[in-house]
Amino acid sequence: MERRVNYENDLNLMATELRLGLPGCGDDEPQRKTNPSIRNNKRTAPEISEVSSSESSSSITMSGSDDQDSPPPAKEQVVGWPPIRSYRKNCLQSSKRNEVEGMGMYVKVSVDGAPYLRKIDLKVYRSYPQLLKALENMFKLTIGAYSKREGYNGSDYAPTYEDKDGDWMLVGDVPWEMFISSCKRLRIMKGSEARGLGCV
Amino acid sequence: DKASRTDIAAPTCGSNLVVNDLEKPRKKELASSHRTIDISSKQRLCLLPIIQSITQPPSDKVEEHDPLSQSTHTDCTEDQGHTLSPPKLPYMERYRAHTSKQSPLLWAEEASSKASAKVPVLCKTPDSHKHSARDRNTASLVCKSWYRVEALTRSELFIGNCYAVSPARATARFTRVRALHLKGRPRFADFNLMPPDWGAHFNPWVLAFAKACPWLEKVYLKRMSVTDDDLATLAESFLGFKELVLVCCDGFGTSGLAIFVSKCRQLKVLDLIESEVSDDETDWILCFPEGESHLESLIFDCVECPINFEALERLVARSPSLKKLKLNRYVSIGQLYRLMVQAPQLTHLGTGSFSPSEIAGQGDQEPDYVTAFAACKSLVCLSGFREIIPDYLPAIYPICANLTSLNFSYANITAEQLKPIISNCHKLQVFWVLDSICDEGLQAVAATCKELRELRVFPVDAREDSDGPVSEVGFQAISEGCRKLQSILYFCQRMTNAAVIAMSINCPDLVVFRLCIMGRHRPDHVTGEPMDDGFGAIVMNCKKLTRLAVSGLLTDKAFDYIGRYGKLVRTLSVAFAGDSDMALKYVLEGCPQLQKLEIRDSPFGDAALCSGLHHYYNMRFLWMSSCRLTHQGCQQIARAMPRLVVEVIRSADEEEMDVCVQTLYMYRSLEGPRNDAPKFVTIL
Repeated sequence: MERRVNYENDLNLMATELRLGLPGCGDDEPQRKTNPSIRNNKRTAPEISEVSSSESSSSITMSGSDDQDSPPPAKEQVVGWPPIRSYRKNCLQSSKRNEVEGMGMYVKVSVDGAPYLRKIDLKVYRSYPQLLKALENMFKLTIGAYSKREGYNGSDYAPTYEDKDGDWMLVGDVPWEMFISSCKRLRIMKGSEARGLGCV
Repeated sequence: DKASRTDIAAPTCGSNLVVNDLEKPRKKELASSHRTIDISSKQRLCLLPIIQSITQPPSDKVEEHDPLSQSTHTDCTEDQGHTLSPPKLPYMERYRAHTSKQSPLLWAEEASSKASAKVPVLCKTPDSHKHSARDRNTASLVCKSWYRVEALTRSELFIGNCYAVSPARATARFTRVRALHLKGRPRFADFNLMPPDWGAHFNPWVLAFAKACPWLEKVYLKRMSVTDDDLATLAESFLGFKELVLVCCDGFGTSGLAIFVSKCRQLKVLDLIESEVSDDETDWILCFPEGESHLESLIFDCVECPINFEALERLVARSPSLKKLKLNRYVSIGQLYRLMVQAPQLTHLGTGSFSPSEIAGQGDQEPDYVTAFAACKSLVCLSGFREIIPDYLPAIYPICANLTSLNFSYANITAEQLKPIISNCHKLQVFWVLDSICDEGLQAVAATCKELRELRVFPVDAREDSDGPVSEVGFQAISEGCRKLQSILYFCQRMTNAAVIAMSINCPDLVVFRLCIMGRHRPDHVTGEPMDDGFGAIVMNCKKLTRLAVSGLLTDKAFDYIGRYGKLVRTLSVAFAGDSDMALKYVLEGCPQLQKLEIRDSPFGDAALCSGLHHYYNMRFLWMSSCRLTHQGCQQIARAMPRLVVEVIRSADEEEMDVCVQTLYMYRSLEGPRNDAPKFVTIL
């Protein structure tokens, strides 16, 4: 049985809605039950499911045809269902996948004074703040915020990276996309060296 | 307690018979005067008095205070003619001497007793440590002296929820622990239902034990966060450390492993199972110390990074005791061959990729895999096949007849490819497989594997609306062929009540029944009915059932059945099921053994939550996500039950608390709210 998400009637979004069902299929089937399964960023009462238009995580089911003969359209998946650990899912996918395909963009991260190197996948992050937060969590330190004029002044740590040309740059100086395509490794500097950076 | 002490100090003539007779009534007296402890029904725990008059050299000093007790004793009026309580040290020595003989009996003396030495004896059982932990817990409740004795003699400590008790409390009570078994995150965290960094850190535990229990030899962790530093601490603080088993853990990398293996000179077991290990590009295999190793088990199939094969080969060559070896997918079949030749004594083998590396050229001579397998006469457990090229499968024919456990759950093979193998696996008891083998493959399993105890069928395509290669057909075939089945986990797209009912009748020994119909709310695909009757039959007919996971379209009726008949159920997993609060009420009111209840996306609200107040202290935890709970409701529970930690968890990017509770996770604890909760957790 297909279930669907309720749309606000006021805006008559239904009329302009793009759906994956066959043309002419009925759209008035009442919901058999509410959808507690739908995960929203915005939560009100559990009965009402709103669609967050900027939903990036694929956790909303979209409905299509009620007609049983047509194959159900590919539904977006609900988080954590079916209950298979991501390790197992990834293993099966990777065994299908060619080794040639990119498997993420891993760069080494070193922290001055720490005995261990780590590796992170830059593709996972979308912005500098995200990346910095992740680094802070990973190494349990505070980097603080980047400012164009002063770099990371005020913080004990400054994140730097080696780019394709072999130069060491301060993280945040160039636009994110450029950073992603040129970063080869990261080094989080500590102490006075760090404090000096950015004040060029 | 006063009564108990005088009872223990009660007069005896020192004759065997009298003591014997006295033991039994006294035991019951103790039991009834303190708690109702059902000792008689716990057949595993038998109390045998050993009559042993411990001759003590007369001591000059009178010990007035039992060094172990916390209060002074009442005077014994009877004069036993024996010496007074022995000092602490001889007691400990006697204990040590006795257990080193590996006798199944453990005895201890009531050190506070001023009377003759009557010795209560707890018969240790050959059962798993979990059972004996329960027996020990029971014994420790009988009286203070048994509490103390039990605490001093417990060598394996099992803690099902790392937040239920603090490391300090655990190390204070159990000072002679050799093995620590800890569980952390709740299971639903595995399915991304909770942001990472929720907690369950091993760090405070390793630090506490390093100080208080440096004789710790074995650590078993499940769903905990372990850092590289923790691994270093383990290796450095516990000189005789022997076994590390990490299941579903994370937080560490190959650099932590490197330090660990380099410093753990007595290491026998290193098992990394379904854990996330970050690739720090450190060659940890090379860090095993030179010289003969004590390794008996090395499991690293989950480590997703290349390893130094030459170093591994040398390690295997110098590990004569190695019995279990499970390789990761970076080991090719050619490399597997070389290892097998070095270690024909293996009993458990994880084959790695089971495909050739790209380096091997076309014209290269292929090693004789069949002979290598044939040489492993002790092999009983086979797994791996991470990137299988089915052409190589015939290599394992020689050992099929001996196999008791076979894990094909990463091998995308067809029924035709399975049949020649499975038709020889007459002794198979544990079988994990992908649904790529279809109903036909399951029928082949049913035809041969009459000894099967555990079956797990995983989906190749873990999506709700994919084609399902397995169905009620294979399921029913299994039930008809494998009558001794005890545990099943079955993922499918369609199922019928009839097949589930059939299994409930054909397989009465079922202890674990987990059926996952991947489409949410899917009914019996033949009748269109809810799946209530099927699951109802399972709880009705499978009288030994302790673990149940339900799925498909289920009304409150299914839960009524569970509450009515699932009297031994300890773990229950519910998703997208039920119509109303009644369903949860049935379960909470009907299942007295319920320990772990995990629910997601089901219409249960505050009223249902309140119906379990009588039982929550008896449970390890309750998880409810995407249900209909409100803050108010959870707050009510928190107020009513001070020893319960009530966590409300929201998604990591939500700033504020909402009226509605996204996830409730609550558990009993002696420690109150934990101090390491992240920002997205609110403890009510």
